[in-house]
Amino acid sequence: MGGVPKFMCEPVDLEPHALTDFDRQVDAIRGLLGAKEVMSVDELRRGIESIPEDQYGALSYYRRWIRSIADNLLRKGVISEAELRAALEEA
Amino acid sequence: MTLDAGATVRVKDDWPEARGPVHIRTPHYIRGRTGTIVRHLGDFPNPEDLAFARPAAASPLYHVAFPMTGVWNGQGAPDELLIELYGHWLDPV
Amino acid sequence: MNILETDGERLLLAIRGLLAQKGIVSPAEIAERIAITDNASPGQGARMVAKAWTDPEYKASMLADGAKAAEALNIPMRGMPPLGVLENTPEVHNLVVCTLCSCYPRAVLGYPPFWYKSAAYRSKAVRDPRGLLAEWKTTIAPDVKIRVVDSTADYRWMVLPMRPAGTEGWTPEQLAAIVREGDMVGVTVPAAG
Repeated sequence: MGGVPKFMCEPVDLEPHALTDFDRQVDAIRGLLGAKEVMSVDELRRGIESIPEDQYGALSYYRRWIRSIADNLLRKGVISEAELRAALEEA
Repeated sequence: MTLDAGATVRVKDDWPEARGPVHIRTPHYIRGRTGTIVRHLGDFPNPEDLAFARPAAASPLYHVAFPMTGVWNGQGAPDELLIELYGHWLDPV
Repeated sequence: MNILETDGERLLLAIRGLLAQKGIVSPAEIAERIAITDNASPGQGARMVAKAWTDPEYKASMLADGAKAAEALNIPMRGMPPLGVLENTPEVHNLVVCTLCSCYPRAVLGYPPFWYKSAAYRSKAVRDPRGLLAEWKTTIAPDVKIRVVDSTADYRWMVLPMRPAGTEGWTPEQLAAIVREGDMVGVTVPAAG
């Protein structure tokens, strides 16, 4: 993002934005997965960077995180796609 | 090899992003630029491997200073940038 | 549809359920982690700054090893990345940014504020820091060097601001009360009030 012209003219939003319960839960799960060495912060970042650009801008900060967490858990075989689909049915 | 404080280094003008999926902690704007080693911050596992859950060898991490003028076409004096960069991205000048 | 394009709220519910089912992360652990994270706030960093302003020995140790200095004030640092402290002087003003993501000294400042994570902040800080600081109405004298610290890797960085004039004889508690989040990132400077 450093010096990217597209964002140079945009004012910085200085308003405080309180975190939601969703944000805190995602943040905590990421921290726990890191502490338990299930996935590293670098894997989280790789997953965030791999979100296609047209979708990236539409996602909030922690929506990018949960998507990257899901991506990494699937990639590493911690959960299977079939399990995730079944769990989503119930969610 | 550990680089000493005060040594002049050039950041590699390399773009691994063009060669396939990677995760790189060297910002785009600093590639190819010349700076000065401020301090060796320690050795840390290479994040380029950690990001893909591969075994990661330790790489020396340095704090490197760059005058703004050398990064943004002569603009930005007297300010400077101070960036954490891994040794494998730096060539002694 | 790619399963990863599922709405985030539903993804969270599903993943939380699977992680609990597999015994990897329990709901109790999540609740505990949230409580710990909520507990870290700029007040922690402000206590370190106030102590550094009143105790030269502490200041020296803080500049040498921020994490050790935080622990000395009972700020939990276990499992946290190394903490570096950048000292503002009459010659140099430090400004911290993470252009690649949103690395932030969370142990001593809490969750990163919204603006710190924004594309506008991250792109401007390294290219036009004085223009950026103007958005906070912060002016740094033209002969003072702004050092923009791009937090790209394993360290986290906090700024030790200069003690403002008019605070002579204040207690550490009084001093800590005037140190704000932005002062320790470098977008603002503390004032006696």
